[in-house]
Amino acid sequence: MVISIARKELKSMFSSPMGWIILALLMFAFGTYYLNGINNYFEVMSGAIRPAERVGVTQFVGQTVYGLASFLMLFAVPLLSMRLISEERRNQTLPFLFSAPLSLIEIVVGKFLGLVAFLSILILYIGVMLSTLNLWSDIDFGYILSNSLGLFLLLASFSALGLYFSSLTSQPVVAAILSFIALFVLMILDRFFAGDPSSTMAQLSFMKHFQSFAVGLIDTADILYFVLFIITFLILTIRRLDADRLRG
Amino acid sequence: MSDFTVEAIELTRLYGGRAAVSEVSFNLARGQVLGFLGPNGAGKSTTMKMLTGNLAPSLGSVKICGIDMIENPKEAKKLIGYLPEMRPLYKEFTVDEYLTIAARLHNVPGKQIKKAVETAKARCGLGHMSKRLIENLSNGYQQRVGIAQAIIHNPTVVILDEPTVGLDPIQIRDIRTLIKEIGQEHSVIVSTHILPEVEMVCDHVQIIDQGKLVFNGDIDVLKRQRMGNKLLLGFNNMPEVAAVAKIKGVAEVELTEENMMRVAVAEGETPHESIVKASVRNGWGLYQIAPDQTSLEDVFVQLTYQDGESAAEETAA
Repeated sequence: MVISIARKELKSMFSSPMGWIILALLMFAFGTYYLNGINNYFEVMSGAIRPAERVGVTQFVGQTVYGLASFLMLFAVPLLSMRLISEERRNQTLPFLFSAPLSLIEIVVGKFLGLVAFLSILILYIGVMLSTLNLWSDIDFGYILSNSLGLFLLLASFSALGLYFSSLTSQPVVAAILSFIALFVLMILDRFFAGDPSSTMAQLSFMKHFQSFAVGLIDTADILYFVLFIITFLILTIRRLDADRLRG
Repeated sequence: MSDFTVEAIELTRLYGGRAAVSEVSFNLARGQVLGFLGPNGAGKSTTMKMLTGNLAPSLGSVKICGIDMIENPKEAKKLIGYLPEMRPLYKEFTVDEYLTIAARLHNVPGKQIKKAVETAKARCGLGHMSKRLIENLSNGYQQRVGIAQAIIHNPTVVILDEPTVGLDPIQIRDIRTLIKEIGQEHSVIVSTHILPEVEMVCDHVQIIDQGKLVFNGDIDVLKRQRMGNKLLLGFNNMPEVAAVAKIKGVAEVELTEENMMRVAVAEGETPHESIVKASVRNGWGLYQIAPDQTSLEDVFVQLTYQDGESAAEETAA
């Protein structure tokens, strides 16, 4: 049942130009950065004489592409997540889901998975693109794997938050703006507390936890952070929809 | 277990302190078509939302084929097909895609989905629209897609909220035929404020006003009110009221507009022939004699603008 909802969401993502355009633009951006990264690699490395200054091609190119991805997704995910529930609210199609034999958990998780599946296409694309470096070089697949996992968890968290804001309003644009602001704050939160590394507030920031994945470190504490973040917002969304049924 | 497909037990819904629906109870048996009547804002849609589990009742409960909607919503919802007042259509999909999704969400087994979609399309006359985007369909066809969506999983109870609003007369006729057809195998609840429609498709009527059930009974009771009770007469030479009132079987005479009078018929009498004979004898110039078509509306107005209980008794008597 969860799969049916996810399939429906994926289908509707691809039945409007929005999905295709976002996908195409993002792939274009990643491709450009990838090419630039390779070009720069030779320029920079030919200037780097001391061994300490040298980095592998995977890390050099990966850093630019994954860095760009986490930044661009800040804009892309709210645009994709905004319509998940608020558009159903506006078009009054929610009764279609509510009167089908589905629990709210299935509806919310299904919608979440639909969006995550869409975003996974991009993660997969980046992974494959970077793996092509292996044609002429010996690359670090562990680095790509850890970054892909990090990006996946990051985007899933973005989606969960976007889904929640989408359930709050019947105006998709309002949902997009709200989730963008919230995501942006969560992204840069650690910068404000840079002076105090032990600060609890800094621990809430996405970047703080994404960074360990970005350097190739898979830390269970960071995985837990993202998983808890996702679960929290999915539960909030379920509760919001349940309130609809109770309060009308 | 009970024989009823739908049991509503003292349904109450409060918005703030105001009761949108209060203590509505009724039962529906298999193969019945129930018409739900009421003026705007009477609580028809609210009741239907509660029946389908879209809205939690403040008090009371709903049972679908004996399964409680609140305790076991998934099982209960499997048995229901619902078309809300606002059609829940995903306009970016084609008719086929949309109905496939509807079938999948209603647990139609994978192998039967295609067949279910074909059957639903055939029943709603959508065969030639399969590949069209729902967005591009006319209002009437969109409504048909809405109905197809409600019957795709072959539910025991079909609930349609104002299914004929905004359709042209031919489409209305088609949809009424469809409702009758569905009503033979399933239980159907139709809400409407068009009275003749109720008479055409329903065999059971409920009138709801200000959240309260003011009439619950067989369509025949209403039909008798409409058909047998009053006659509309037109004369070229207007006779004395007293002269008409003297005719056997005439209970009451009331002048309406110029050269017209409305005659109430006493219970069990058929004064039609006597009226015609009297007209011929006295040269009244009778040019119209017909059952009073407005009287069903009268019944409705009577029921909804009077004190609820006394009206219900009056009609039932």
